[in-house]
Amino acid sequence: MSGVVGWRARLLSDTPASGREAALGRLYRGWLQFKANRLALVGLVIVLGLVVVALLAPWLVTHDPYRQNLAQRLLPPGAMGHLLGTDEFGRDILSRVIIGARVTLYIVALVALIAAPIGLIVGTAAGYLGGAVDAVLMRLTDVFLAFPSLILALAFVAALGPGIENAVIAIALTSWPPYARIARAETLTVRKSDFIAAAQIQGAGTARILFRHVMPLCISSLTVRVTLDMAGIILTAAGLGFLGLGAQPPMAEWGAMVSAGRRYILDQWWVATIPGLAIFVVSLAFNLLGDGLRDVLDPRQAR
Amino acid sequence: MALAAGGLGDGRAARGASRLASFALQVTLTLLGLLAVTFFIGRVVPIDPVLAVVGDQAPRDVYEAVRRELGLDQPLWTQFAIYVGQVLRGDFGTSLVTNRPVTEDIARVFPATLELATLATIIGVALGVPMGIAGAVWQDRWPDQIVRVIGLVGYSVPIFWLGIVGLLVFYGILGWVEGPGRLGVFFEGIVDDVTGVILIDSALAGEWEVFRNALGHVILPSAVLGYFSVAYIARMTRSFMLEQLSQEYVVTARAKGMSEARVVWVHAMRNIAVQLVTVIALSYARLLEGAVLTETVFAWPGLGRYLTTALLAADMNAVLGGTIVVGLVFVGINLLSDLLYKLLDPRAR
Repeated sequence: MSGVVGWRARLLSDTPASGREAALGRLYRGWLQFKANRLALVGLVIVLGLVVVALLAPWLVTHDPYRQNLAQRLLPPGAMGHLLGTDEFGRDILSRVIIGARVTLYIVALVALIAAPIGLIVGTAAGYLGGAVDAVLMRLTDVFLAFPSLILALAFVAALGPGIENAVIAIALTSWPPYARIARAETLTVRKSDFIAAAQIQGAGTARILFRHVMPLCISSLTVRVTLDMAGIILTAAGLGFLGLGAQPPMAEWGAMVSAGRRYILDQWWVATIPGLAIFVVSLAFNLLGDGLRDVLDPRQAR
Repeated sequence: MALAAGGLGDGRAARGASRLASFALQVTLTLLGLLAVTFFIGRVVPIDPVLAVVGDQAPRDVYEAVRRELGLDQPLWTQFAIYVGQVLRGDFGTSLVTNRPVTEDIARVFPATLELATLATIIGVALGVPMGIAGAVWQDRWPDQIVRVIGLVGYSVPIFWLGIVGLLVFYGILGWVEGPGRLGVFFEGIVDDVTGVILIDSALAGEWEVFRNALGHVILPSAVLGYFSVAYIARMTRSFMLEQLSQEYVVTARAKGMSEARVVWVHAMRNIAVQLVTVIALSYARLLEGAVLTETVFAWPGLGRYLTTALLAADMNAVLGGTIVVGLVFVGINLLSDLLYKLLDPRAR
């Protein structure tokens, strides 16, 4: 017990003994602030739950999510051991929603991993190099921002052909511009700092300065923005799936499941509404988490 | 003195002209970039656009002829120049599905989308602005919590799902509204097409039965779409209002004994009006995006549905034409709101 108290005191102390302790203390204070926001905590729990469900999906499902059983099609929730009923091919909806968590997480993670670095590189390069490079890169960013993202993603998918990988590429290609803007703004504030000048005098090259000195400073505001965008990415991906341009059948993608269940909405409401509810809950959770992170990491933006 | 004043005037005119020129250049560059993106998507990304036209069974000479016809034997720059020329003339090519010029098709479907988006925006403003103000005035109290929840849900709910649930509840269970589509079968063809907006056309013709039916059809999709506007407009109004209410002139007004309603609705409102106009314009543009999904759910014959139908048929001319039109509207509205901001707000001059 006293050990725990001792740790808390050391983490919150104004006179940390080492650099690492100071960093940990900052992290701990951030956590305390984050924890005070109950809604953000709910968001975190749901997002962690999504990750756990996605990881353990094959062991959590009660039925094979792809096995068709036409004798048991369109069963209502609770009937014959199907907790959330069955779809038009007699597949267990709960199992398909669980497997669908994997698809959603896969799309979101991949889009973030592609789009954030693109935005980071474009934005820091534009901000640090300035001049013509800045003008050209920012014009390019503006052009991409000139389209509503779903429409542009639709056009990309139309050219690339439907499919989950192409949907990821299309969404990533449309979602990097805001990251570039943020990274550029952050870069502009540190570009003339003494530590950058010191690095330049020591002979550090442009790439080294960008990767080692500028980019780390952009990470926290970028993280907030990416987390806030996760909900948007999920909705766009689900929208593409709903239109039949994302994941293809029989893959258990939530948007595509809603689309398939649409035909039965008036008589078998559960087929379309349950996967849609899953999209809603997960995107709500990411919004709550993002808001909470913003309050901690980027207080200027908090409203 | 007179000379100096004249010089000053000239300087201002010159500055105005150069600002206008740089503005025009910026717009031109953005539009060129827009076309470059659609050109890239249409000509560069597909593995072979010729195959999309002739199919993979075509003999060599047919393939070559089509390739020349599409201008694909030209260098990329020349192709782009030709493409820009075509678009400037309003020529997006012929749709593979309808076999008509894409421009004609878009002109036919656009009023339906306009009708939906306009009604949605009206709903968004009528509910969003008062809600945002209520949230700011009673910050952190229950009205604020409700406004926040509505906003949060608006940002998180998949619009196509909301539409489907809306259909289930209000059409399937309660029967308060009409089903998918724009007009019941019995009401089609009664009213002449004047503006393309059925609500206006039927009112002009005095066909109130048709008007009522059309209203029953449009109310649910525009409410679903409008919910997004409500969420966005309420959130922005709230933050603008909060900023104003912490200003000193508000304290002064209150100290003078001015009623709270007057402080909020007259003094603060005047200061957020311009920002609000920009937000409303932007939300109008964003509705175009939501319209694609909403129109699919409600079988609404607008631009969004035209786009998705074309997509599923791999009709690239129609897809790119639609994309350009949406992009143009988006850019146009953004510019307009920028201009309005500069015109109306002395602080931005």
